[in-house]
Amino acid sequence: MTYLHDIGKYFLMIKETFVKPTKGKVLRVLIFKEIDDLIIGSLGIVAFISFFVGGVVAIQTALNLTNPIIPKELIAFASRQSVILEFAPTFLSIIMAGKVGSFITSSIGTMRVTEQIDALEVMGINSLNYLVFPKIVAMCFYPFVIAIAMFLGILGAYIAAVYGGFTTEDQFLTGLKDDFIPFHITYAFLKTFIFSFLLATIPSFHGFYMRGGALEVGKASTTSFVWTSVAIIVTNYFITQMLLS
Amino acid sequence: MIEVRDLKKGFGDVEVLKGLTTSFDKGKTNLIIGQSGSGKTVFIKSMLGLFRPDSGKILYDGICYSDLDFEEQRAIREKIGMVFQGSALFDSMTVEENIMFPLQMFTKMKKGEMRERANVVIDRVNLENANHKLPSEISGGMQKRVAIARAIVNNPKYLFCDEPNSGLDPHTATVIDNLIQEITEEFNITTIINTHDMNSVMEIGEKIVFLKEGRLAWEGDKTQIFRTDNEEVTNFVYSSNLFKMVRKAQNTQ
Repeated sequence: MTYLHDIGKYFLMIKETFVKPTKGKVLRVLIFKEIDDLIIGSLGIVAFISFFVGGVVAIQTALNLTNPIIPKELIAFASRQSVILEFAPTFLSIIMAGKVGSFITSSIGTMRVTEQIDALEVMGINSLNYLVFPKIVAMCFYPFVIAIAMFLGILGAYIAAVYGGFTTEDQFLTGLKDDFIPFHITYAFLKTFIFSFLLATIPSFHGFYMRGGALEVGKASTTSFVWTSVAIIVTNYFITQMLLS
Repeated sequence: MIEVRDLKKGFGDVEVLKGLTTSFDKGKTNLIIGQSGSGKTVFIKSMLGLFRPDSGKILYDGICYSDLDFEEQRAIREKIGMVFQGSALFDSMTVEENIMFPLQMFTKMKKGEMRERANVVIDRVNLENANHKLPSEISGGMQKRVAIARAIVNNPKYLFCDEPNSGLDPHTATVIDNLIQEITEEFNITTIINTHDMNSVMEIGEKIVFLKEGRLAWEGDKTQIFRTDNEEVTNFVYSSNLFKMVRKAQNTQ
């Protein structure tokens, strides 16, 4: 029953986020600040992880190609498919649930325990619109982060495979273009866009409705990470089922 | 003027406010006092609209708050200034940005005009060299001054203060009390202060409402409270050793 209650409360929060808007001039400043915090601030870690995971995928694939009949082009093909279909959109989103999600929950949660949200509401400001809406808008730029992650993941795979001596440059580039289905990119960005909404709203929900003090802010951050990850994985399953099977 | 009629508020099975009826006068510092758990904070938050009362009415200058739609409530809230117990300053903003915040949200002032107005209230609350500091970089007393400055910057008609001098040393607490009283008289606003500090009562208690277990147990002013025969009030007032000694001295005289 508690879960159902929370799910209902989550959807009511989303509804409330889009009504009674804050002054446009103020909102614009908030959106740019959130883009800086949530998107620009994540580029470093995303680039680092994508590059090295791309490399590891290529090495793992190469090391498992023991059968000489299997062409070396498969290294690039497998790396591309792994990075574009799952690693960049899904697994990076789970990592972002930890980075961006816990930041959102702890910042809103701290505002709750220090009565800053009450201060907004006393002034007649729709605190959900003021706090959550700019995060949703900022996270609309999240697919650009994933595009960079895809590029760097494949670059990492290329460097690891070619300069690691597992394949030639020609074989890698041929494998990279083999059986390329453009719809896979659409699929990846579509689910990234849905994940970006989950990444902005679920941590906000846990921060906004938390009660207690500093310890509870920490607990709320952990809970928000767990539930955002669960939501991403379940949504990923259904989107994949609907679009690819 | 703010009137409260038969206000009731509970949480689950616990009834916190049990039918409060009172009024708070314009241009006066009105104090709500009572022991911890007597319902003071719930009372003040209900008046502010942060809690929805179970029943009863709250009237701002004759207008019933709960009968209004969101926009009308927002119009009233724009006229409310609030000083929270922990100051509730926005910690990512500087002192000046905190004070300018209500102006940014509710006026069409240009940045220069807002800064000018902010500096007027900064001078009024005697804050010096703190404009560009973050709340975490200033003392508790200064944070309270910033909170008061933010509360009065948009010329409110009603000022609410939730334990404004908690956590402050006696000297700073008195300074803050006097500042609130001066501002109340100067701007002719209805000020409601939630406190359990008897020094505040002695300093600025122009009207005092005493709550006991969610009920209005007594009301009067700072001269009457030391003469009342109401046992609940005297138990509260003379619970500290200092006031016991004051009473003893009075009786000896």
